Amino acid sequence: MTSSATQDATLPDAQGLVRRPFRSSLYSGNARAVFDRGMRSQWTGNLWVMVSGFVEPVLFLLAMGLGLGALIGTITDDAGRLVEYPVYIAPALLATSAMNGAVYDSTWNVFFKLKISKIYGGMLNTTIGPMDVALGEIAVALVRGGVYATGFVAVMAVLGLISSWWALLMVPACLLIAFGFAAIGMAATSFLRTFQQMDWLSLVLMPMFLFSATFYPLSVYPHAIQWFIMALPLWHGVELLRALNGGWVDWWTAGHALYFVVLAAVGTWAASVRLKALFLR
Amino acid sequence: MTPVIQARGLRKTYGDFEAVRGIDFDVAPGESFGLLGPNGAGKSTTMRMIGGVSHRSGGELTILGMDPSHEGPRIRAHLGVVPQQDNLDTDLSVIDNLITYGRYFGLPRWFLKQKAELLLEFAELTDKRKSKVDDLSGGMKRRLTIARSLVSDPRILLLDEPTTGLDPQARHVLWDRLFRLKEQGITLVLTTHHMDEAEQLCDRLVVVDHGKIVAEGTPSTLVREHAGREVVELRFGSHRNAALASSLDGVGERIEVLPDRLLVYATDGEAALAAVVARGLEPTSSLVRRCSLEDVFLRLTGRSLVD
Ligand SMILES: Nc1ncnc2c1ncn2[C@@H]1O[C@H](COP(=O)(O)OP(=O)(O)O)[C@@H](O)[C@H]1O
Ligand SMILES: [Mg+2]
Repeated sequence: MTSSATQDATLPDAQGLVRRPFRSSLYSGNARAVFDRGMRSQWTGNLWVMVSGFVEPVLFLLAMGLGLGALIGTITDDAGRLVEYPVYIAPALLATSAMNGAVYDSTWNVFFKLKISKIYGGMLNTTIGPMDVALGEIAVALVRGGVYATGFVAVMAVLGLISSWWALLMVPACLLIAFGFAAIGMAATSFLRTFQQMDWLSLVLMPMFLFSATFYPLSVYPHAIQWFIMALPLWHGVELLRALNGGWVDWWTAGHALYFVVLAAVGTWAASVRLKALFLR
Repeated sequence: MTPVIQARGLRKTYGDFEAVRGIDFDVAPGESFGLLGPNGAGKSTTMRMIGGVSHRSGGELTILGMDPSHEGPRIRAHLGVVPQQDNLDTDLSVIDNLITYGRYFGLPRWFLKQKAELLLEFAELTDKRKSKVDDLSGGMKRRLTIARSLVSDPRILLLDEPTTGLDPQARHVLWDRLFRLKEQGITLVLTTHHMDEAEQLCDRLVVVDHGKIVAEGTPSTLVREHAGREVVELRFGSHRNAALASSLDGVGERIEVLPDRLLVYATDGEAALAAVVARGLEPTSSLVRRCSLEDVFLRLTGRSLVD
């Protein structure tokens, strides 16, 4: 075979080094390259956006947990345990922070790349497939989620809001939560056409944040509404982290984790298929 | 030799609209193959199907023996793609564009560090290595896109209108680059609506119009078979061109009436022009030139390539 114009004696033929992709039009097995690209552009650019995403839940914790908590004192949770108010809301804010970080990356960022910049178009002219794009972008979202979670858990520790060794599992649990939200968020984004429609996302996320047993137990609601909230993902995230933080781990805890495993799997699959439909027309 | 690209009855429909309406062609290894046609002829659609980023609606298509609808990534491991619209990564610097793109092929970093330097040289962008893509001129972006497509030493290079929108000088620089690639044996598949580009770069080409192939051959045979040797361009002023056409009966082999000029095809252009003048007609301007692919297109479709 011939050598290319840009080859010289010191460099081998790149064709011999190209990673052989899987025999699939969906996934080539190189999500890593998409992840690397995302990290390179994300953590060199907009650091201010990154920092603000971390600060927000910490401010909530200080204002609501310590401020409001001083008035409220203790609260009875849905399992009937008496809990200090800051200890009650801290895991909920942690779950919300994992959700927000993941959703921001997998919706706004992905939407921009889908509609405005031609970045995915360039990727798909290589061996990259739609599922490599989905997994790579989700991984970028997870790093952000992981950094936020670690920082927040450290703040919780400093404020003395942690009472169990199980709490160490909160960081990986946050990654799982972020994975689920990132995957489902990306799948949802693939259906949106305009920036205005992107605002619908906050119409879903904001109430979910306020009402998922974040600031008070579910028992205040009528039964029908309780069931509705328990079907939504954030409630499972909140309960998962709350159990780990307090060391009240049981089968329910595993169930909450399983919810996110399923959400992540279904979301990744849906996002990949949707991206394929969008890209390969 | 077995063709590297083979299309049989290839079709693409968007809703009710047929963009590509059953085309057949083969591309041999090392060949420089062109799709020449006006805007909307279906050239980009065909290129996208070859690159496996658009599913064909019908017919057969194999690239290196593989079906692009099922093995897109595997096929693209051997392809370099230069799309009509530059899709460079505007978040990254010039050199990071090259390196990152190589990573999409799974190429190792040690290799890409050196390869990127060679490619920068090739594209004459070495002093722009740290620039943002948005700060490059159109010609530089195009050269970077072409350099990027070479990062994996592809055997087949797909170039969709590689020089459209560039000034003549930038365009000649690019032709020179592409010519060097062709000399090194890379198979080039390119689309263009510039007949000079097709004449410069293509060993063989198909003329496409409305999603169909209307002629096929080398640039010189196409011109010989469909246009002739020489042509006289006559201008009498736009309102008189059509009226005067009838008084030119018998001059040359064939006459084409365009809104702004008359074309008289003839084996000997100067003689034909003399015959026109002998009939007492006085064109405001006249030009004798050799026939080109533009004339082929005009002959086959009744329209000009570029409007
Ligand atoms: N995604 C699309 N959806 C609908 N119509 C399209 C799409 N892409 C191209 N077309 C139409 O198909 C025809 C051929 O387009 P294209 O292949 O881009 O032509 P060319 O590259 O020869 O200019 C045009 O009429 C164009 O409007
Ligand atoms: Mg085109």
